[in-house]
Order: sequence, then C-alpha cells, then structure tokens
Amino acid sequence: MSLYEVQKLLFHVNREPKMFDRFLSEREKLIAEYRLTEEERRALLEIDFRSLYEMGVHSLLLGPLAATLGLSFPDYLAILRGNQP
Amino acid sequence: MSLVGAFAASHAPGITGRPSLPRVSESEPIFRAYEDLRSRLEAARPDVLVVISPEHWANFFLDNMPSFCIGIGDEFSGPTDEKFVNIPRRSVRGNARLARALVEGIAEDVDLSTSQEMAFDHGVMLPLHLLRAELPVIPIIVNCLAGIPAPLHRCHALGVALRRTMDRWPERVVLLGTGGLSHWPAMPESGQIGVDFDRRFLDAFLNGRIESFLHYPKEKLEAEAGPGGHEIRTWITVAAAAAGARGSLLAYQPVQAWSTGCAVAVLEIGEAAR
Repeated sequence: MSLYEVQKLLFHVNREPKMFDRFLSEREKLIAEYRLTEEERRALLEIDFRSLYEMGVHSLLLGPLAATLGLSFPDYLAILRGNQP
Repeated sequence: MSLVGAFAASHAPGITGRPSLPRVSESEPIFRAYEDLRSRLEAARPDVLVVISPEHWANFFLDNMPSFCIGIGDEFSGPTDEKFVNIPRRSVRGNARLARALVEGIAEDVDLSTSQEMAFDHGVMLPLHLLRAELPVIPIIVNCLAGIPAPLHRCHALGVALRRTMDRWPERVVLLGTGGLSHWPAMPESGQIGVDFDRRFLDAFLNGRIESFLHYPKEKLEAEAGPGGHEIRTWITVAAAAAGARGSLLAYQPVQAWSTGCAVAVLEIGEAAR
C-alpha cells in the first residue's frame, strides 16, 4: 500500500496548486500526512526522481512534476538514467 | 448523419513543450500536418468537437479509475500540466446538453462514467492549441494509463456506439482521437520508438482493417510500442466510429527528441454521410 500512498501524494501535488505550494513551502509536514516508509519519505523530501521511479512510481507522475519544478526534460531523463546533469 | 470528420493525432507533450529540440526535418512534417488538420476541421464546419483522449492523472487516481468517462460540463479548464506542455491554462467551452445525449445513447451498449468537473491535460489541450480550435468540446477520457484499461475491442464497441448515437443528431460532429503511437513516456527508455509497430498499426487504421488489432496481446503491445502504446485505444475508437472508412496519413515521424512515433491522420467520411 505504501507505493500507492507515494503516488497519491504526487497525484495531489501535480493536480492541486495548493498542494504544490505546500510541497514547496512545508514539504516535511505534507509528507507526514501520508503513510510512507522511511525510504519513501527520504525520496520525496529530496525529490529523488531516480529512487521514486525505481520504487515503481508511474513516470507520468514524475515527468510533469520535474517540468513544474523547472527541470528540463533532457536533465530529468539524465537523472532517471543515473547520469546527474 | 452528422459525423463530418474523423481525425487522429499524436499529442506528445514535446511538440509544444520542446518544439525546437528535434531536427527541423523531423518536426516540420508534424507541424505542417497539424496545419492541414486545422484546414480540414474548418472545412468540416462542425458544431462540436468530440475529443477521445487518454487519461494522464489529470482527473483520476487508482482509488477510482474509470475505463471511459465523458465530461458533461459546460466549461472545462486545462492544461493541468502546463509547464510540461508549455501551453497556458485556459477555459474550454463544453456542451452539456449534447454530452448527456451522447451518454444516453452510448450507455445502451457500453458502460461509462460521467463527470461534471473535468480537467484537461496535454492529451486534449495540445491538439486544441495546435488546431486553434475554439468550438465546444465534448471530452471522452479513456484509461490507457494504469489499473486495468478496457480491452481494445471494448474501445471499438465505444466507437460503434458513438457513431450510432451521433447519426441521430442534426448537429455536425468532428471526432478527434489523440495519443500514441509508440512511446515510452518520461522514463529511462524514452526516445525508443517502435517504428515497425507504428507502420503496421497505421496500415490497419488507414485501410479499414482495425479489427486486426482488437485482440493484440497486452505484453506484445507493451514490448513493441511501449507503455504509451496503450493509447492506440483512442485511434481504435475513431476507426470504429468511421465504420471501415479509408484514410490519409498526413504525417508519420519517429521523433526521438519528442520520445514518440508521431502521426496525424484522417479517415474519409463519405460526402454522402454528411
């Protein structure tokens, strides 16, 4: 169920501008509202796209978030592939 | 009869999000094809545009993921993923009266959900933007994304039911399916393109042989066309509504920088049908 919760958080953040604002301004507090493992909390706190992808988060919850955060698509792909831009 | 156009086109976010990243020789045919589609849309003089688009987490999550959902509002807004697709958010007119009539007709054969508050992502907004379409839109969102998408042949049944319902209307309708063809979206494999699959699918789509794809095995589809290959569902619905009509390919380009086998096509609804 935990991966489900990670994806639910990202769905909310991508979809609702208020949740995105909270993701930027009080990420730790927001993350605490979901039932997550320690590793999931870390990956979300650090916005570790590669770990999130590797734990099974759907790629279309990650790509649009990267764009909203100002990361270029080639840089986003480089991160997923383990090549830090 | 009131179906006056049956179109299908890829909606790769890169088309508007990263327009200059591919070589011009790759991107230009797609932009030209969208311009051609725009002229055809204008010439068809539709009263309403029915857009069949995949879901991309703009509306639904895994707690409740419908196979098919029709937007029955009078106004929508999008894109939800405006930075991904680089298109400013705006409102889009719907047509609740016609959408409800469409639901009632389709529901005789295919179950579907309805939504009075639907958000559009790039699947709807990118084509509307490139077509500079301002007419009312009735969206039909198809799960090609997660959970258990409807089998391909059910998407065909949806198209048949759409056509049967529309044929009772005096209004002029253009149907636009968006998505595909092969792509591995926003993932490490992005850039891989199943050119052979795309060409075989287009051949069937354009020559009234869509039936040959209605039982395509899921694993084979994903291996040959990527997870994004599931979006052929929207093309299948359009082909079913066009009832075997032959078509023209306005462009096909495997565009690596857009991570997609990009295609734009029309099926020729006979003049008699108008």
